[in-house]
Amino acid sequence: MAELEVEIVAADHFVWSGGAKMLKARTADGEIGILPGHTPVLAILDAGSIEIQPVSGDRIVVEADGGFFSVDSNRVVIVADNAHISESVAGTR
Amino acid sequence: MGAQIRVYRQKIASTTSMRKMFKAMELIATSRIGKARARLAASLPYARAITRAVSAVASTSDFEHPLTTEHENVRRAAVLVLTADRGQAGAYSAGILKRAESLTELLRSQGKEVATYLVGRKGQAYFDFRNRAYVQVWTGQTDNPEFERAQEIRKVLLEAFSAPYEEGGVDEIHVVYTSFRSMVVQEPVVIRLLPLEVVSEKASEANEILPLYEFEPEPERVLDALLPRYIESRIFAAMLHAAASELASRQRAMKNAGDNASDLIKKYTRLRNTARQAEITQELTEIIAGADALNA
Repeated sequence: MAELEVEIVAADHFVWSGGAKMLKARTADGEIGILPGHTPVLAILDAGSIEIQPVSGDRIVVEADGGFFSVDSNRVVIVADNAHISESVAGTR
Repeated sequence: MGAQIRVYRQKIASTTSMRKMFKAMELIATSRIGKARARLAASLPYARAITRAVSAVASTSDFEHPLTTEHENVRRAAVLVLTADRGQAGAYSAGILKRAESLTELLRSQGKEVATYLVGRKGQAYFDFRNRAYVQVWTGQTDNPEFERAQEIRKVLLEAFSAPYEEGGVDEIHVVYTSFRSMVVQEPVVIRLLPLEVVSEKASEANEILPLYEFEPEPERVLDALLPRYIESRIFAAMLHAAASELASRQRAMKNAGDNASDLIKKYTRLRNTARQAEITQELTEIIAGADALNA
């Protein structure tokens, strides 16, 4: 199965990158879930957390206060003003 | 002990202690420059992503945005000058201020008023000393800029850009900073920050096929949110370049100062030895002359 190639960057540092099965983010219009094969999207992020389900391992939660993200051909770039990994939640909920 | 020898000793002592200071400053600059370069490199992914996104929006939709439209008649231009907080960095601040002066001159000759915004205490001192007006100054942390500072500057500049001319608004914004090319090459450069020239990038990026994005929310609002960030990222990049350049200049200046101090110490030591030898010779001559006089 195809997977998402995720890259999270903050203004002054690199946050996280890796393969993911699923990604959930909060945009200006509401929550959006991204699965592999998603149509290209450019959306504005709202302050809140972004959840990433990596290919292997625990779910990662990244806190971001605003920014934007783009999706094209399974490549996700999340650009946040200020982002940090807040926790890794064990297992899927 | 002769007066001459004492003078040389004092000079050697003071030059030695100055050399210690130069060496310490050089070491501090050397240790910080690595970090500054790493931060410059770390900011690149963000800048790249945001540039790509802005050109994606600009190329897929065709509309005017206040930040990208040229004002019809440009009456006042803002110049943001990034200088250092501290000296001991050779010609760093002087070079950047010279570049800013020539830009100001050029803008004036085009019939524009110039509103200057300064970063760094050196720039402030330069303007204060000459009793010249500036709109705002930010000082502190020029060798280790924080992103919040870039946001602050962006807010002030955007406010000025959106204000009408009569209320002190500006029609274009230039940034003068020192670009960090390598450890040995840093040069003052000028970029025009606003109005944005996204169009030129659109042409260059045309070869790379940008996907047809869906926008969420509408493209206009996406651009509204993107452009201030894009400007912030440009300002922040300029600040990081300036910081790395400042440290590189300081390191070089302090290395030269330390080397010169070593040369001086060597020179004074030679002179001191000559003086001491002259004194000994003199004393010997006097003793021999005295003995001769007694024997005669």
